[in-house]
Amino acid sequence: MSEIIRWTAAELGAKLAAGEVSSVEATQAHLDRIAAVDGDVHAFLHVNEHALDAAAEIDRRRAAGEQLGELAGVPLAIKDVLVTTDQPSTSGSRILEGYRSPFDATVVARSRAAGLVGIGKTNMDEFAMGSSTEHSAYGPTHNPWDLDRIPGGSGGGSAAAVAAFEAPLALGSDTGGSIRQPAHVTGTVGIKPTYGGVSRYGAIALASSLDQVGPVSRTVLDAGLLHDVIGGHDPKDSTSLPEAWPSFAAAAREGATGQVLQGLKVGVIKELPDSGFQSGVASSFHAALKLMEAQGAEIVEISAPHFEYGVAAYYLILPAEASSNLAKFDSVRFGLRVTPDGGGTVEDVMSLTREVGFGPEVKRRIILGTYALSAGYYDAYYGSAQKVRTLIQQDFDAAFAQVDVIATPSAPTTAFKLGEKIGDPLQMYLNDLTTIPANLAGVPGISVPSGLAEEDGLPVGIQFLAPAREDARLYRVGAALETLLVDAWGGPLLDRAPILGGNR
Amino acid sequence: MLARIQLSDDEVTQLTGQLDAIVDNIAKVSEVATPDIAATSHPIAMHNVFREDVVGQTLTTAQALQNAPDADGDRFRVTAILGEEQ
Amino acid sequence: MAAVKLMDFDKALELFEPVLGFEVHVELNTETKMFSDAPNPANERNHDAEPNTLIAPVDLGLPGSLPVVNEKAVRSSISLGLALGCSIAESCRFARKNYFYPDLGKNYQISQYDEPIAFEGSVEVQLEDGTLVTIPIERAHMEEDAGKLTHMGGATGRIQGAEYSLVDYNRAGVPLVEIVTKPIFGAEHRAPEIAKAYVAAIRDIVRGLGISEARLERGNLRCDANVSLRPRGQEKLGTRTETKNVNSMRSVERAVRYEIQRQAAILADGGSITQETRHWHEDTGTTSPGRPKSDADDYRYFPEPDLLPVQPPRELVEELRAALPEQPVARRRRLKADWGFGDIEFQGVVNAGLLDEVEATIAAGTTADAARKWWTGEISRIANEREVDATSLIAPASVAALQQLVDAGTLTDKLARQVLEGVIAGEGTPQQVVDARGLAVVSDDGALIAAIDEALAAQPDVLAKIKDGKVQAAGAVIGAVMKAMKGQADAARVRELILERAAQ
Repeated sequence: MSEIIRWTAAELGAKLAAGEVSSVEATQAHLDRIAAVDGDVHAFLHVNEHALDAAAEIDRRRAAGEQLGELAGVPLAIKDVLVTTDQPSTSGSRILEGYRSPFDATVVARSRAAGLVGIGKTNMDEFAMGSSTEHSAYGPTHNPWDLDRIPGGSGGGSAAAVAAFEAPLALGSDTGGSIRQPAHVTGTVGIKPTYGGVSRYGAIALASSLDQVGPVSRTVLDAGLLHDVIGGHDPKDSTSLPEAWPSFAAAAREGATGQVLQGLKVGVIKELPDSGFQSGVASSFHAALKLMEAQGAEIVEISAPHFEYGVAAYYLILPAEASSNLAKFDSVRFGLRVTPDGGGTVEDVMSLTREVGFGPEVKRRIILGTYALSAGYYDAYYGSAQKVRTLIQQDFDAAFAQVDVIATPSAPTTAFKLGEKIGDPLQMYLNDLTTIPANLAGVPGISVPSGLAEEDGLPVGIQFLAPAREDARLYRVGAALETLLVDAWGGPLLDRAPILGGNR
Repeated sequence: MLARIQLSDDEVTQLTGQLDAIVDNIAKVSEVATPDIAATSHPIAMHNVFREDVVGQTLTTAQALQNAPDADGDRFRVTAILGEEQ
Repeated sequence: MAAVKLMDFDKALELFEPVLGFEVHVELNTETKMFSDAPNPANERNHDAEPNTLIAPVDLGLPGSLPVVNEKAVRSSISLGLALGCSIAESCRFARKNYFYPDLGKNYQISQYDEPIAFEGSVEVQLEDGTLVTIPIERAHMEEDAGKLTHMGGATGRIQGAEYSLVDYNRAGVPLVEIVTKPIFGAEHRAPEIAKAYVAAIRDIVRGLGISEARLERGNLRCDANVSLRPRGQEKLGTRTETKNVNSMRSVERAVRYEIQRQAAILADGGSITQETRHWHEDTGTTSPGRPKSDADDYRYFPEPDLLPVQPPRELVEELRAALPEQPVARRRRLKADWGFGDIEFQGVVNAGLLDEVEATIAAGTTADAARKWWTGEISRIANEREVDATSLIAPASVAALQQLVDAGTLTDKLARQVLEGVIAGEGTPQQVVDARGLAVVSDDGALIAAIDEALAAQPDVLAKIKDGKVQAAGAVIGAVMKAMKGQADAARVRELILERAAQ
């Protein structure tokens, strides 16, 4: 397989800048890879037919002597939740099949401006509701480590694309763990920025107060480079933070070389005992902590007594906001329209369209959300859930008074088999146990591969959480641990992933 | 119904069962959500976020209608409306 | 259709006490919409835009679009709240009002629920006979307007029986301030008048602030009238109906009157009032039932997660308070005193809606009496004849110029009226009309004397009579001279000259 696709984004960017490879070559190599393996992986819903044109344009500008950014000419996969003018955007749903947005998401526009080459739109659970990408209306994505297993969700497509070397970088979105949990099950890196750190303009909304857009990559540095491109204030998103951010790529570089771990206080949550995790996940987690301790980090037990209510609160807030955000899909202005036989009123058309166009998980959550907001139930459900949010923020505040970062396994289990949990929504919801609190509180989180689980040889990720606005700290710590681990492994974890390519 | 989804009878049965289970589970939030706790609707506290009253980039009519399932000239078309304006 | 029974109005008032309430929606005339930067159709410059040409993504609820608050709209709302005597909230939020309807871009309206920006105020309203009534204001809050539906294929152009509807979203997102009164007691027989006067007062206030074009016929100002009756002596309030589609001042008055009569007839017959929304029909002068109104209409309000709280700084509130123009009632008191008009004279100007014009004419250089005389006299007469607004006929500056010509002796009153017609017809300024038509009073004594001699020659006995002391005889000669001069003579001067002649 072409060596180009094995390079990290940082390596590829450097070689592009040095003229050792052209963007057209690099893009073609990745398109070839997609052609070779995506029949099995199904990470992509759409491959960009204009990718080579965009790549050629970057090459032309570079040849003309223009100063381009570090990632110029590097292919980028884009989660289909982000709207693009040059490719359809479906959010993994039938109701948006073929939809063409007249505007680009801000993160897409910034990526374009930085010279990144959009190579395709990636698969996801419908409207980002799910933890396995099995709820995509277009069929599931398969985990490159084991094609019978889930790649995580909702951003399974982006994580799988990167893990399968179909693209060095991807954009994802994270509402309850949709970047971090797929990173965990695919042995890749994913970050959920501080809420407001990256613009949500153009990200098809799920739960407005929980959604964040973030980078998906194979290394912490790559994620930092992409985060630098997409992050920062956007006047089109009222919830985006106004302040300027430090360079995350610089933070990653610092973490990789420096003494970040010396004296670092790492909090471990006592209310998340090992018994709640698959044993291989727990042991990988502890092994990583040991490695950090050896470098001078201090592991501190902390208490987060309200985290146990996190999943419940989340599954009230999310459906409530989602039920309102998804009301716009009504057959009138865009998207699917299904007319009953013999015609019908617009109300009939709306109802039938939504019945046909939405999958079962989406319908489940819309109805749950409608219920949670309805008169008489608001205080007990939505209102109460927003209070749990306050309590969880307080837990975090108290914890961060004692520690610099909090560490947890990124998810309770390794990649489960396709079809294993799809019949039991409650079981599925528990996948987000460790990731949800960060979305509720708005704090940033990163998942970095920590190893393979002994019992099944499948990837495990470790999650770090930092106080709001301290995203750079996660890059420093993540990069530091990554360096130690890759060193210990003798190479990146993904080197051990099975060879893909037309075997099925 | 409020969610504007025309569910089949099977779906209604299945969903009702699942929802009951989910609702039981999530009802536990009211245990801790006592009156003295304030609700947080925004994770990061900000206020007074505005824009100036200046025209930006408007969509052309063609762009506005580009995904319309049905249109008549420069307007979207829908079948007869049963309900009343609010 | 069975004729609706109405009770005689006075009889209705004998038996029942009417209680009123009003919800007035004011479209602000900002440059852009409330939550998007598309041009605002409620601004004069955009009012006849073609359908779907004033659209930003969020107005159509396009996936990924987000609202951003228009600062000017907030300031205008605060000013309006202050002008209504309200307190301004220290902190308030937007809320989503969720319901499905094809004129809503998102199937929710961003409004304010339990946190209006302004609350607890009152408005002094003046009836046509000068009586002052205080209307208590419950709240004023910010929200956005919906698009426009045109119903096609049915017989009446109304929603019932239409085959399909066309949607124009230009109006979707227009900034609205909704003003809600508290229940109004004690209106009694004057309820219909008070309704009209209240709407007029709101219109005057917003026009005075310059924040809305406030043209009822264009929908810049929309009034819903709530009417309920309670039997004399009863504490408990009756069931109320809400009447919409009242598009003119006249309609407001008539609709309130009608509802009182209609409800009284039902109650007197032992029936009960259905709590419902009704539509006013201008052509038949009746209301008809619309949707049954239910307090349990579940809009599932929750705080808008895409927007942040609005916390008007107290300095801003005071700055806006200081910039408030004079209240209409206070202004009228002042002008009446300044102009020295009696009650009837002044009310005449006010009732004709010509206060601004009279004021402007005086400012352009006439006496108050002259201005009043022109506007409520000849100009109003012509306006009524032509069934147009007096203000559309001629500009105050022209009226002043006309009066100045009379004052200078260039025109008699009678000639001035001819010139007025010429100016109204668009022939030019008063002076230009005078010149073009040759209407100036002849001031050349020589010409007058010539005409006088001619007239005297024709009526030889007149001279003798005048010499005899019968001065009235001059009248006949004056008449003849005026006729000969085509009225372009100062009758008084002619008389003088005749008497001089006689004295010779």
